Amino acid sequence: MKLIKITHSSNHTNKNNHYVWIKAFGFLLFLSGVLIFIASLFISDYQITSQTLRMSEQKVAAEHLQHLQVLIGKEYTSKSVALADIKATLKRSEPDIKNYELGVIQFWILKNAVTGSLRKYTRLYLLLSLMLATMGGLLYIIPHFFDNLPGIKNNNIWFSSTTGRGAIGITIGSLLIVFYVLLYWFPQYIVNVVVLVDPVSYFIRNLPADQWFLYGFLYTVTVFVMGLRMLAKYRHSRYHIVRTISIMFFQTIFAFILPSLMERLSMPGLDLKNAWPLNYYFFADWNIRNLLSSGNLGVFMFVWGIVLSIVLVPVLTYFFGKRWYCSWVCGCGGLAETMGDPFRQLSNKSLRAWKVERISIYGVLVFASVMTILQIVSYSTNGTLFGGLSGALNQVYSFLIGAAFAGVIGTGFYPFMGNRVWCRFGCPLAAIMGIVQRFKSRFRITTNGGQCISCGNCSTYCEMGIDVRAYAQRGENIVRASCVGCGVCAAVCPRGVLRLENGPVANRFNLVKLEPVN
Amino acid sequence: MDHLVIIGNGITGITTARHVRKLSNKQITIISNESDHFYSRPALMYIFMGHMRYSDTKPYEDWFWQKNTINLVRGFVTGIDTDQSMVHLNNDEKISYDQLLIATGSKPNKFGWPGQDLPGVQGFYGLPDIELLEKNCVGAKRAVIVGGGLIGIEFAEMLLSRHIAVTMLVREESYWNNILPQRESELVSRHIREHGIDLRCKVNLKELVPGSEGRVQAMITDNGEEIPCEIVGLTPGVSPNIELAKNSKIATNRGVLVNEFLETNIRNVYAAGDCAEITESDSANNKIEQLWYTGRMQGMALAKTLCGERTAYNRGIWFNSAKFLDIEYQTYGYVSNIPRDGEDSFYWEHPDDRKCLHLVYEQKSHALLGMNVFGIRMRHRVFEAWIREKRSLEYVLENLGEADFDPEFYREFEREIVALYNRQFPEKNLHSRKKRGLLNFL
Repeated sequence: MKLIKITHSSNHTNKNNHYVWIKAFGFLLFLSGVLIFIASLFISDYQITSQTLRMSEQKVAAEHLQHLQVLIGKEYTSKSVALADIKATLKRSEPDIKNYELGVIQFWILKNAVTGSLRKYTRLYLLLSLMLATMGGLLYIIPHFFDNLPGIKNNNIWFSSTTGRGAIGITIGSLLIVFYVLLYWFPQYIVNVVVLVDPVSYFIRNLPADQWFLYGFLYTVTVFVMGLRMLAKYRHSRYHIVRTISIMFFQTIFAFILPSLMERLSMPGLDLKNAWPLNYYFFADWNIRNLLSSGNLGVFMFVWGIVLSIVLVPVLTYFFGKRWYCSWVCGCGGLAETMGDPFRQLSNKSLRAWKVERISIYGVLVFASVMTILQIVSYSTNGTLFGGLSGALNQVYSFLIGAAFAGVIGTGFYPFMGNRVWCRFGCPLAAIMGIVQRFKSRFRITTNGGQCISCGNCSTYCEMGIDVRAYAQRGENIVRASCVGCGVCAAVCPRGVLRLENGPVANRFNLVKLEPVN
Repeated sequence: MDHLVIIGNGITGITTARHVRKLSNKQITIISNESDHFYSRPALMYIFMGHMRYSDTKPYEDWFWQKNTINLVRGFVTGIDTDQSMVHLNNDEKISYDQLLIATGSKPNKFGWPGQDLPGVQGFYGLPDIELLEKNCVGAKRAVIVGGGLIGIEFAEMLLSRHIAVTMLVREESYWNNILPQRESELVSRHIREHGIDLRCKVNLKELVPGSEGRVQAMITDNGEEIPCEIVGLTPGVSPNIELAKNSKIATNRGVLVNEFLETNIRNVYAAGDCAEITESDSANNKIEQLWYTGRMQGMALAKTLCGERTAYNRGIWFNSAKFLDIEYQTYGYVSNIPRDGEDSFYWEHPDDRKCLHLVYEQKSHALLGMNVFGIRMRHRVFEAWIREKRSLEYVLENLGEADFDPEFYREFEREIVALYNRQFPEKNLHSRKKRGLLNFL
């Protein structure tokens, strides 16, 4: 017998080896950038000078600054000591000062007191932290366009520590939660990293950076870089390509650049796509007054906001389903569809979760609606009716829903409960559009005859936790209030069973029996 | 109250139980040895590849069964006593029935190859095979898969997800060409190779060679090649799992013999799904259908019969679908691998080598008989209607947009396809009538 020894040669896993190194290098850069970013929280000294107080004039009222004069010349190596000193000084002369106001003062004084290498070499630090992390991220992600064949590749997602609720996932989630808590309630503790983005802030809007600019900048960069990942992963699917580009566009231009430029021109920096009630302060006295006192542009923005929320949202939802907003335009959706995409499988698909979801999201909608009605009454009565109540409600809402729910839980819980926790359980705008979508819309996900094999990919990868399979295997169309039309169920289906469609409202449920037709 | 006992909790048994529950309040018991709950067998590969967890492959939550009073029993049936209307379990328990359904599915073929039971050699059929493959993959670098069907390609894809080099031995001249026409088979073969799978055609397994530790170390083919490997996947098809029926008074041949009502020779005993052999007047044409879809449709028909509305199983116009790595495949009607007399076909292929459409029609009337499509999604109901209504090839081509099921924004190929037809038959000059279009809602 003739024996020929054969060795396996052609395997594309070998071909990909050179990408592995680029990715590893990119990952290393990313990690270094993130670590330097975190480290820069701890490396500064703080020196309060007359310059510090002068720099704070725009943000802190003169009387407070007057009281802080005594601190001139003080140097601190510890952030908490500095903050305690500022607080004690103010409390001495203004015992009734509100905590919120105190926090703002602490933030600006401490930010402007940052000295040392971070102040001297801000641009270098920016380069070594956020820019390095961004470049690393790009290096890690761009090879994904080339190192495998186009098509759905969800290999090993549940085995991965990041995407399968492992140690890395828990770490990422915890870091995000800490970041959001600091950002919303203790920004004075992260002044150093706000200093980092000062050069960017001055460049774009000619203003000093605050924590919201830092947040907007990070958010946009993340949507952009992770949007590229999305484009690579779904490069075989034109629906996802177009949708992802749309998300990246609206985040970059509408949520970040335009408001920044408007601030540069001393106009109200409104995110034009942020519709009520997702934008829960739109009808607050101060916002209405602010807009109406900003000339024609402000009036336009006020009218636009109302038209958007009351006319465009329901009409477009009737034609296209809520996806036109949730997965094409929205900022929260934008982050969910880019940074959140690796975590979509973590959403709970049980019937119980669906019950909780309905109570929770419509609960928030009722809260937001009541608050808004009171706000409008308050505005139209010049605050004589419900002025105090609506303000208090808005504060509670802003704390519980706007910050804790949408931010801390909404994003921090990506690695635990999937990427649409806020959109699914909390967003009142999604709730309104959901009602339209469920009862009067041309949108549905069509099931293709009897081709379903009940495999469960659609349900597993539904970020909204819809049990898509339960409908598909019965041959029923999917008409659900929560569907954001991300299109991933259809993409991961191995039998071509699902299609997102806009069609006649009649018979959109397709409640035909799955039986052989002769 | 009648007691329906179902042996096997696969798609056939479960569909029957669910539909019987809809139609009646019979007592229902399902016995399975493999798993506590119903899971989707076609999803097994995705568990191994880390796309889903086992729990994700269960189409119904665990509370579903109790809520619908469907009693699940985990156990192995050792015998069926049709005289006493009783099934025996391996724990000496006996369950009596008024109606019995045998839905035991199938088991992987083994052809008595030397070394086929060596460690490292396995088939791929059920949950235990996943655990076994998990063990076999530890430290493995190379694998050979024997058999080129749908399970073979799934097996290969699974191994690729663990970066294991795969060689695939196929008896035919190209992948699955005992089912697929030559051009489709070649298109898939090229795609398989594009993924780095070493696809070898017209090669058979001769012998498996153990290494020093007893585990498989190499495979010897019938042309004398020795291929080193640590894993061997045997996927040369499945056969009805009928041991149980064979040892009873129930008539069997290759499968459990049933008529078109899925009734066996014994009153109140039925068989359906992979294990059933449906007799035809000409016994050479007996049908054994081993598909998810046919199992489901048999279960639906049988449920009616069990509830008193005697209903023949009629699968309607044939359909099937699969996915070969990145290429999806759908078929409707009849497309045989070698063209039959009186048939003609129209074939279009996209230059990207991932899409093609094959329409088979009757020579005389041009009536559509069947179609294969790769890389494009088509609407099941539309093609079913076209075939049933004997629509002409020309009608189908002009209205192809109606059947297009690809996602929005995807390129549409109807015009290209019609243009190809017009080049082949210049006298006809067809026009694409139905465009799917993005903005057709206006």
